[in-house]
Amino acid sequence: MNAPAHGEHHDPFAAKLGMWLFLVTEILLFGGLFIAYSYMRARYPHEFHHAGGSLSIPIGVANTAVLLTSSLTMVLAVAAAHRGNLKRSLLLTWSTVALGGLFLVNKGFEWAAKFHHGVYPNSDHMASLPAGERVFFGLYFSMTGLHAAHVIAGMAVLSVLAILIAKGRIGARNPVVLENGGLYWHLVDVVWIYLLPLFYLAA
Amino acid sequence: MSDYASHRESDGHAGPGYGTYVAVWAVLLALTALLVLLSRFGQRAAVAGLLTITPVKAALVFYYFMHLRYERALLKGVLIVTLGTLLIFFGLTYADVAFR
Repeated sequence: MNAPAHGEHHDPFAAKLGMWLFLVTEILLFGGLFIAYSYMRARYPHEFHHAGGSLSIPIGVANTAVLLTSSLTMVLAVAAAHRGNLKRSLLLTWSTVALGGLFLVNKGFEWAAKFHHGVYPNSDHMASLPAGERVFFGLYFSMTGLHAAHVIAGMAVLSVLAILIAKGRIGARNPVVLENGGLYWHLVDVVWIYLLPLFYLAA
Repeated sequence: MSDYASHRESDGHAGPGYGTYVAVWAVLLALTALLVLLSRFGQRAAVAGLLTITPVKAALVFYYFMHLRYERALLKGVLIVTLGTLLIFFGLTYADVAFR
Protein backbone atom coordinates (compact mmCIF):
# COMPACT_ATOMS: atom_id res chain seq x y z
CA MET A 1 0.00 0.00 0.00
CA ASN A 2 1.62 3.17 -1.04
CA ALA A 3 -1.00 5.27 0.69
CA PRO A 4 -1.87 4.08 4.17
CA ALA A 5 -5.28 2.50 4.49
CA HIS A 6 -8.03 4.88 5.49
CA GLY A 7 -8.45 5.13 9.19
CA GLU A 8 -4.80 4.29 9.71
CA HIS A 9 -2.65 7.36 10.11
CA HIS A 10 0.83 5.92 10.23
CA ASP A 11 3.33 7.26 7.76
CA PRO A 12 6.72 6.78 9.41
CA PHE A 13 8.66 8.29 6.53
CA ALA A 14 6.61 11.50 6.63
CA ALA A 15 7.10 11.64 10.40
CA LYS A 16 10.82 11.36 9.95
CA LEU A 17 10.93 13.87 7.11
CA GLY A 18 9.04 16.34 9.30
CA MET A 19 11.57 15.82 12.09
CA TRP A 20 14.47 16.37 9.72
CA LEU A 21 12.92 19.59 8.40
CA PHE A 22 12.74 20.83 11.98
CA LEU A 23 16.32 19.71 12.64
CA VAL A 24 17.69 21.65 9.67
CA THR A 25 16.16 24.85 11.06
CA GLU A 26 18.05 24.06 14.27
CA ILE A 27 21.24 23.63 12.25
CA LEU A 28 20.73 27.08 10.72
CA LEU A 29 19.95 28.57 14.14
CA PHE A 30 23.27 27.37 15.56
CA GLY A 31 24.91 27.97 12.18
CA GLY A 32 24.26 31.70 12.46
CA LEU A 33 26.05 31.70 15.81
CA PHE A 34 28.93 29.71 14.33
CA ILE A 35 29.30 32.38 11.64
CA ALA A 36 29.26 35.09 14.31
CA TYR A 37 31.92 33.18 16.25
CA SER A 38 34.23 32.69 13.28
CA TYR A 39 33.97 36.34 12.23
CA MET A 40 34.68 37.59 15.75
CA ARG A 41 37.52 35.13 16.21
CA ALA A 42 39.12 36.39 12.99
CA ARG A 43 38.73 39.94 14.29
CA TYR A 44 40.02 39.35 17.85
CA PRO A 45 42.40 36.36 17.63
CA HIS A 46 44.53 37.32 20.67
CA GLU A 47 41.62 38.15 22.94
CA PHE A 48 39.88 34.88 21.99
CA HIS A 49 43.07 32.96 22.70
CA HIS A 50 43.50 34.59 26.10
CA ALA A 51 39.86 34.25 27.16
CA GLY A 52 39.65 30.68 25.82
CA GLY A 53 42.63 29.77 28.00
CA SER A 54 40.50 30.40 31.09
CA LEU A 55 38.14 27.53 30.25
CA SER A 56 38.87 24.11 31.75
CA ILE A 57 39.77 21.62 29.02
CA PRO A 58 39.30 18.57 31.31
CA ILE A 59 35.71 19.61 32.11
CA GLY A 60 34.96 20.31 28.45
CA VAL A 61 36.40 16.96 27.36
CA ALA A 62 34.65 15.08 30.17
CA ASN A 63 31.36 16.61 29.13
CA THR A 64 32.05 15.59 25.53
CA ALA A 65 32.55 12.00 26.67
CA VAL A 66 29.31 12.19 28.68
CA LEU A 67 27.33 13.48 25.71
CA LEU A 68 28.86 11.01 23.22
CA THR A 69 28.00 8.20 25.61
CA SER A 70 24.45 9.52 25.95
CA SER A 71 24.19 9.39 22.16
CA LEU A 72 25.26 5.74 22.31
CA THR A 73 22.63 4.86 24.93
CA MET A 74 20.05 6.72 22.82
CA VAL A 75 20.80 4.87 19.61
CA LEU A 76 20.87 1.58 21.51
CA ALA A 77 17.47 2.43 23.02
CA VAL A 78 16.08 2.80 19.50
CA ALA A 79 17.76 -0.43 18.36
CA ALA A 80 16.32 -2.26 21.39
CA ALA A 81 12.82 -0.92 20.59
CA HIS A 82 13.18 -2.19 17.00
CA ARG A 83 13.94 -5.62 18.38
CA GLY A 84 10.95 -5.48 20.70
CA ASN A 85 13.16 -5.48 23.78
CA LEU A 86 11.20 -2.76 25.54
CA LYS A 87 12.68 -3.29 28.99
CA ARG A 88 16.15 -2.64 27.65
CA SER A 89 14.89 0.27 25.56
CA LEU A 90 13.31 1.87 28.62
CA LEU A 91 16.46 1.47 30.70
CA LEU A 92 18.62 2.94 27.93
CA THR A 93 16.26 5.89 27.40
CA TRP A 94 16.37 6.76 31.11
CA SER A 95 20.17 6.35 31.02
CA THR A 96 20.26 8.93 28.23
CA VAL A 97 18.21 11.33 30.34
CA ALA A 98 20.52 10.73 33.33
CA LEU A 99 23.64 11.40 31.23
CA GLY A 100 22.02 14.61 29.98
CA GLY A 101 21.53 15.57 33.62
CA LEU A 102 25.18 14.80 34.39
CA PHE A 103 26.20 17.03 31.49
CA LEU A 104 24.12 19.89 32.89
CA VAL A 105 25.57 19.45 36.40
CA ASN A 106 29.11 19.73 34.97
CA LYS A 107 28.05 22.72 32.91
CA GLY A 108 26.50 24.26 36.02
CA PHE A 109 29.76 23.91 37.98
CA GLU A 110 31.62 25.43 35.07
CA TRP A 111 29.32 28.42 34.79
CA ALA A 112 29.28 28.84 38.59
CA ALA A 113 33.09 29.04 38.60
CA LYS A 114 32.96 31.72 35.93
CA PHE A 115 30.29 33.67 37.86
CA HIS A 116 32.46 33.35 40.99
CA HIS A 117 35.27 35.10 39.13
CA GLY A 118 32.88 37.86 38.14
CA VAL A 119 32.55 36.63 34.56
CA TYR A 120 28.89 36.78 33.64
CA PRO A 121 26.92 38.92 31.20
CA ASN A 122 26.81 42.60 32.15
CA SER A 123 29.06 42.22 35.24
CA ASP A 124 31.47 44.96 36.35
CA HIS A 125 34.40 42.64 35.76
CA MET A 126 33.22 41.87 32.22
CA ALA A 127 32.96 45.59 31.52
CA SER A 128 36.63 45.98 32.49
CA LEU A 129 37.78 43.33 29.99
CA PRO A 130 39.00 44.17 26.47
CA ALA A 131 36.25 44.21 23.82
CA GLY A 132 37.41 40.95 22.21
CA GLU A 133 37.24 39.05 25.51
CA ARG A 134 33.77 40.43 26.21
CA VAL A 135 32.70 39.15 22.80
CA PHE A 136 34.26 35.75 23.52
CA PHE A 137 32.43 35.32 26.81
CA GLY A 138 29.24 36.72 25.29
CA LEU A 139 29.38 34.04 22.59
CA TYR A 140 30.43 31.42 25.15
CA PHE A 141 27.42 32.09 27.37
CA SER A 142 24.91 32.43 24.53
CA MET A 143 26.06 29.38 22.56
CA THR A 144 26.59 27.01 25.50
CA GLY A 145 23.42 28.44 27.10
CA LEU A 146 21.34 27.82 23.98
CA HIS A 147 22.86 24.36 23.78
CA ALA A 148 22.04 23.67 27.44
CA ALA A 149 18.45 24.76 26.79
CA HIS A 150 18.37 22.13 24.03
CA VAL A 151 19.73 19.51 26.42
CA ILE A 152 16.94 20.37 28.89
CA ALA A 153 14.33 20.18 26.11
CA GLY A 154 15.79 16.86 24.94
CA MET A 155 15.64 15.45 28.47
CA ALA A 156 11.99 16.50 28.74
CA VAL A 157 11.14 14.89 25.37
CA LEU A 158 12.99 11.68 26.24
CA SER A 159 11.26 11.48 29.64
CA VAL A 160 7.88 11.61 27.90
CA LEU A 161 9.06 8.96 25.43
CA ALA A 162 10.25 6.74 28.30
CA ILE A 163 6.76 6.95 29.80
CA LEU A 164 5.27 6.03 26.41
CA ILE A 165 7.60 3.01 26.20
CA ALA A 166 6.53 1.94 29.69
CA LYS A 167 2.88 2.27 28.66
CA GLY A 168 3.48 0.14 25.57
CA ARG A 169 2.74 2.97 23.16
CA ILE A 170 6.19 2.66 21.56
CA GLY A 171 7.47 -0.69 20.37
CA ALA A 172 8.83 -2.71 17.48
CA ARG A 173 5.75 -1.87 15.38
CA ASN A 174 5.71 1.85 16.09
CA PRO A 175 9.20 3.08 16.98
CA VAL A 176 9.16 6.27 14.91
CA VAL A 177 8.41 8.67 17.81
CA LEU A 178 11.37 7.28 19.72
CA GLU A 179 13.52 7.50 16.56
CA ASN A 180 12.57 11.16 16.16
CA GLY A 181 13.34 11.93 19.81
CA GLY A 182 16.68 10.22 19.23
CA LEU A 183 17.36 12.35 16.15
CA TYR A 184 16.87 15.48 18.24
CA TRP A 185 19.21 14.18 20.94
CA HIS A 186 21.91 13.32 18.40
CA LEU A 187 21.69 16.77 16.83
CA VAL A 188 22.25 18.32 20.26
CA ASP A 189 25.32 16.07 20.49
CA VAL A 190 26.57 17.24 17.08
CA VAL A 191 26.30 20.88 18.20
CA TRP A 192 28.44 20.10 21.26
CA ILE A 193 30.97 18.26 19.06
CA TYR A 194 31.55 21.67 17.45
CA LEU A 195 31.39 23.72 20.65
CA LEU A 196 34.24 21.77 22.28
CA PRO A 197 36.96 22.79 19.81
CA LEU A 198 35.50 26.27 19.25
CA PHE A 199 35.66 27.34 22.89
CA TYR A 200 38.01 24.97 24.69
CA LEU A 201 40.64 23.82 22.20
CA ALA A 202 41.08 26.13 19.24
CA ALA A 203 40.15 29.56 20.61
CA MET B 1 3.59 -2.19 2.36
CA SER B 2 4.76 1.38 2.11
CA ASP B 3 7.96 2.23 0.28
CA TYR B 4 9.51 3.18 3.52
CA ALA B 5 8.73 -0.07 5.30
CA SER B 6 9.86 -2.20 2.37
CA HIS B 7 13.03 -0.17 2.12
CA ARG B 8 13.71 -0.71 5.80
CA GLU B 9 13.03 -4.39 5.57
CA SER B 10 15.43 -4.76 2.71
CA ASP B 11 18.06 -3.34 5.04
CA GLY B 12 17.14 -5.85 7.70
CA HIS B 13 14.21 -4.65 9.73
CA ALA B 14 16.11 -4.02 12.92
CA GLY B 15 18.89 -1.97 11.34
CA PRO B 16 22.52 -2.48 12.28
CA GLY B 17 23.44 -4.43 15.38
CA TYR B 18 24.41 -3.02 18.75
CA GLY B 19 28.05 -3.73 17.96
CA THR B 20 28.12 -1.24 15.07
CA TYR B 21 26.94 1.55 17.36
CA VAL B 22 29.43 0.69 20.09
CA ALA B 23 32.21 0.71 17.50
CA VAL B 24 31.12 4.14 16.20
CA TRP B 25 31.04 5.44 19.78
CA ALA B 26 34.58 4.15 20.39
CA VAL B 27 35.80 5.87 17.21
CA LEU B 28 34.11 9.12 18.31
CA LEU B 29 35.90 8.98 21.68
CA ALA B 30 39.21 8.20 19.96
CA LEU B 31 38.77 11.13 17.56
CA THR B 32 38.01 13.40 20.54
CA ALA B 33 41.24 12.27 22.21
CA LEU B 34 43.12 12.92 18.97
CA LEU B 35 41.60 16.40 18.74
CA VAL B 36 42.68 17.22 22.29
CA LEU B 37 46.16 15.85 21.66
CA LEU B 38 46.49 17.86 18.44
CA SER B 39 45.44 21.09 20.15
CA ARG B 40 48.43 20.77 22.49
CA PHE B 41 50.69 21.49 19.52
CA GLY B 42 49.50 25.07 19.27
CA GLN B 43 46.89 27.17 17.54
CA ARG B 44 47.48 26.07 13.96
CA ALA B 45 47.22 22.40 14.86
CA ALA B 46 44.09 23.06 16.94
CA VAL B 47 42.38 24.90 14.10
CA ALA B 48 43.44 22.19 11.64
CA GLY B 49 41.85 19.64 13.98
CA LEU B 50 38.71 21.74 14.23
CA LEU B 51 38.38 21.88 10.45
CA THR B 52 39.13 18.20 9.79
CA ILE B 53 38.40 15.94 12.77
CA THR B 54 35.24 17.73 13.94
CA PRO B 55 33.36 17.38 10.64
CA VAL B 56 34.32 13.69 10.57
CA LYS B 57 32.85 13.24 14.07
CA ALA B 58 29.67 15.08 13.06
CA ALA B 59 29.41 12.97 9.90
CA LEU B 60 29.72 9.75 11.93
CA VAL B 61 26.84 10.86 14.17
CA PHE B 62 24.71 11.87 11.18
CA TYR B 63 25.55 8.75 9.20
CA TYR B 64 25.23 6.05 11.84
CA PHE B 65 23.49 7.36 14.98
CA MET B 66 21.02 9.47 13.00
CA HIS B 67 20.63 6.62 10.56
CA LEU B 68 21.22 8.65 7.38
CA ARG B 69 23.24 5.81 5.94
CA TYR B 70 20.08 3.74 5.81
CA GLU B 71 17.70 6.47 4.66
CA ARG B 72 16.43 7.43 1.24
CA ALA B 73 18.10 10.12 -0.86
CA LEU B 74 15.44 12.69 0.07
CA LEU B 75 16.51 12.89 3.73
CA LYS B 76 20.18 13.04 2.76
CA GLY B 77 19.29 15.79 0.27
CA VAL B 78 17.53 17.86 2.94
CA LEU B 79 20.68 17.86 5.08
CA ILE B 80 23.05 18.49 2.18
CA VAL B 81 21.00 21.48 0.95
CA THR B 82 21.02 22.90 4.49
CA LEU B 83 24.76 22.47 4.96
CA GLY B 84 25.32 23.95 1.49
CA THR B 85 23.18 26.96 2.41
CA LEU B 86 25.17 27.43 5.61
CA LEU B 87 28.40 27.24 3.64
CA ILE B 88 27.11 29.96 1.26
CA PHE B 89 26.29 32.15 4.28
CA PHE B 90 29.84 31.59 5.57
CA GLY B 91 31.26 32.44 2.15
CA LEU B 92 29.18 35.59 1.68
CA THR B 93 30.00 36.81 5.19
CA TYR B 94 33.72 36.41 4.53
CA ALA B 95 33.44 37.99 1.08
CA ASP B 96 31.82 41.00 2.73
CA VAL B 97 34.35 41.23 5.56
CA ALA B 98 37.35 40.75 3.28
CA PHE B 99 36.47 43.69 1.00
CA ARG B 100 35.53 46.27 3.59
